[in-house]
Amino acid sequence: MNILVVVEHNGTVMSTATRSAFTFADQLAQEVEGEVKSLVMGSAIQGVVQETSRYSPVLMAESDELKFPVADRYAVVIEKCVRDYNIEFVIAASTTFSKDVVARAAGLLGGAMASDVVGHTLQEGKLRFRRPMYAGSIIATVELEGSPQVVTVRATSYPPATPKEQTCDVSPIASIAGQLPDHIEYLALESKQSHRPDVAEARIVVSGGRALKNTEDFEKIVGGLADCLGAATGSSRALVDAGITPNEMQVGQTGKIVAPDLYIALGISGAVQHLAGMKNSGIIVSINSDPHAPVFEVSDYGIVGDVYTLVPEMMDRLNAR
Amino acid sequence: MSYILNPFDTIAVEEALRIREKLGKDVEVVSIGVGGPGYELDLRTALAMGADRAIWVESDERMDPWNVACVLHAIVKREKPSLVLMGKQAVDDDSNQCGQFLAAQLDWPQATFASKIEWDDQCCRVWRETDSGIETVMLSLPAVITTDLRLNEPRYASLTSIMRAKRKTIERCELHELGVENHPRVRLVHMESVSTERKCVMVDDVGELVDRLRNEAKVIT
Repeated sequence: MNILVVVEHNGTVMSTATRSAFTFADQLAQEVEGEVKSLVMGSAIQGVVQETSRYSPVLMAESDELKFPVADRYAVVIEKCVRDYNIEFVIAASTTFSKDVVARAAGLLGGAMASDVVGHTLQEGKLRFRRPMYAGSIIATVELEGSPQVVTVRATSYPPATPKEQTCDVSPIASIAGQLPDHIEYLALESKQSHRPDVAEARIVVSGGRALKNTEDFEKIVGGLADCLGAATGSSRALVDAGITPNEMQVGQTGKIVAPDLYIALGISGAVQHLAGMKNSGIIVSINSDPHAPVFEVSDYGIVGDVYTLVPEMMDRLNAR
Repeated sequence: MSYILNPFDTIAVEEALRIREKLGKDVEVVSIGVGGPGYELDLRTALAMGADRAIWVESDERMDPWNVACVLHAIVKREKPSLVLMGKQAVDDDSNQCGQFLAAQLDWPQATFASKIEWDDQCCRVWRETDSGIETVMLSLPAVITTDLRLNEPRYASLTSIMRAKRKTIERCELHELGVENHPRVRLVHMESVSTERKCVMVDDVGELVDRLRNEAKVIT
């Protein structure tokens, strides 16, 4: 059985989340006696291809037309690889890239797709996938009908694969020149540069909610504590809606799902949608002025108080060592 | 020009209404619901907000995103809209697939998780919320756009619109009339609820918190 991992990258390196996709693919390969290959799409991708070849044999789709991850073009390339290489499983990490591109590819391939999978079993020859529903309050077990099956996995549920010692083969796919659609034009990406680690990958996340009044306070309090701990910063939806934090910092049902070793929630009340994004964290700490805030019900440690006073105190304590 | 909307999503309905208000041309907003009796109420709400027409595709069976896309595909072929607007994900199954499946079936351009849309005559510019930030794309029409939460804040239906909406018809049709059969791609085998409660240790001061995180939980040095 042929398994294809769709690689996500930024032009220079493969995404950490894709390494989780490789872990899932390798487990699946053992269970169904299959073989894993991967697909890297883009232009000037030699570096990424080299790196990826330490995880599996690589199919390389290099073209100027693929410079940006435009959904209709990338989906056509994935579909072509599935047909040319008899792929029965298409795997990717569950990210906005795969939701856009890989879901569209699944649409070209018959729609047998399970997204954001957190676990799987093989029972009596049938593959079953576990995935969250209702903002993570339910875990559903599903089976897919049809082939190929497209599966995106939640990176926090599958640890990143370790690269092999030896590199595997790299083969360019057959030319796609002139065969790609041209109805979506990529214009720009506005990204907030940060010296801090990525919120979805950091070991510690310090997150802020409604208690923070503006961007300056967020930087001082949430950012300040994050810097003491070498942590990433996260945000509730309310602050993004208010324009205080950028959307890529949002943790929650419709934002990022994170599971760091330590999650510190500052002035976050704990709406179900936010909890969906962080409740699998190792240790959860909450600071909130409301003793009845629902966030305390999912926390390991809590302090009732004002983050504007308590956080600077905490930073002093941490820096005192 | 006409626009078609998917299973209840107020943000998508609102955006369609704003587009109609902005373009001031001959624009029709059609709202679609696929499913059981609950959809009738949702469609009445869309009509009360200001949609021109509504179509209710009745189905008792649970439909997965692929099959909903097949139904919408059949409607799109019939109605020939310039734009399909729908929510990026349904808050029950959180799949985030249907819009993308529909766009693939139609071979139309797509823009997912839209937080802003700007109009030209033949195309539109869409700002998309992604893991890396805001991406901007330009789409030619016809197209499928899925909406993110920050695209707009939907209007409430006024009493006058609700009264007026009662006079608007909801066209009802069944799968077989559209030439669609429900062949599930996803079978739901089991559901279990997840308990997320933890035993919270409330501490009195940050000194104690830092000590416990260092020495008890051992998550900081």
